[in-house]
Amino acid sequence: MDDIDRQIINRLQGGFPVSERPYREAAAWFGLDEAELIRRLRRLLDDGYLSRFGPMYHAEKLGGGLSLCAMAVPEEKFEQVAGQVNAFPEVAHNYARDHQLNMWFVLATETPERIDEVVEEIERTTGYRVYNMPKQKEFYVGLRFQV
Amino acid sequence: MVLSERDNRLIAAIQSGLPLSPRPWAEVGERIGMDEEEVIRRVRALQESGCIKRFGLVVRHHELGYNANAMVVWDVPDERVDAVGDALGRQRCVTLCYRRPRRLPHWPYNLFCMIHGKDRQRVLDYIDQITEELDLQEIPKEVLFSGRRFKQRGARYR
Repeated sequence: MDDIDRQIINRLQGGFPVSERPYREAAAWFGLDEAELIRRLRRLLDDGYLSRFGPMYHAEKLGGGLSLCAMAVPEEKFEQVAGQVNAFPEVAHNYARDHQLNMWFVLATETPERIDEVVEEIERTTGYRVYNMPKQKEFYVGLRFQV
Repeated sequence: MVLSERDNRLIAAIQSGLPLSPRPWAEVGERIGMDEEEVIRRVRALQESGCIKRFGLVVRHHELGYNANAMVVWDVPDERVDAVGDALGRQRCVTLCYRRPRRLPHWPYNLFCMIHGKDRQRVLDYIDQITEELDLQEIPKEVLFSGRRFKQRGARYR
C-alpha cells in the first residue's frame, strides 16, 4: 500500500460522487486518471483491505428493524448458544465480549415489529434472557479509519 | 420517503457494491431495466432522504491494522447525554456513537461508542485521554473489548 492508496482510503470513506463518470471525478482528487483509480480500488478490494465499495443504508428508513442485543451465557454453554443464535438469519453479526454480558449481536429484520419476535424466539430457543437495546439516537461521527 | 418497487430493485442491486467500471450507474441500470439517468436520480433521492447514509468505501479494519476494538459504555445523566454523545462523536478513533436504553438493574449504561486502535493498550490510553479532555471522570463507564467474532455478514436488504 502506498501513499496514494492511503489517501484514497481516507478520503473515499467520506463519500463518492453520484454522477455519470464518478471514478473520473474522484480520480482527479488524487491526481490520477480514471483507469488508475479503478485499478487501485480493485486491488484494495482483492487484497482484502476493503470489504466493499457502495452504499451504507439506514435500516430503519428502508422500513426495517435494527437492534443491538446482548446475553449473559455461561462459558461452557457459549459455543452451543452461539450456534443457536447465529442460526437465525436476522443475526447480522455476533461478537464475544469480555463482560458478564458476553455475547453481543446485531439483529436486522425486514420490519421493526419483527425485532421483538426474534428476541422472544431466541430467548425461547436458548433459555437465556436477551437484553434488547435499540438505538435511540445516533451521534454524528466525523473521522473514519485513518491509515 | 416512500420507496417504490423500482427503488427497492435499485437498493438490492447496489447493496454489495458499485461496479468498478467507468459508467457504473449505466451498468447497474442495465441489470435492472433502468437507464443511467433514472438510476442516478433515484440514488440522489435516496441520499437526500437519508436512506443512504453515505456512499463510499467500507474498510476491513483488522486488515488495516486496527486489531483492538472496544465498546465503551457510559452511564450519563439523561440531561447530559446528547452533549456528551456529540463530543464523543467528534473524537478521533470513535467510529460509532449511539444512545441506547438502560436495562436496569443489570445494565445501567445509556451511551455506547466504538473505539478502534492498533492494540488494546493504545485503545485504553486513548479512552483515558478523551475521559480527561471531555471531563468525564465522574461518569461511570466500562470497556468491553471484543474477543472472537462469530458471524459477520452485515445486514441484507431486499
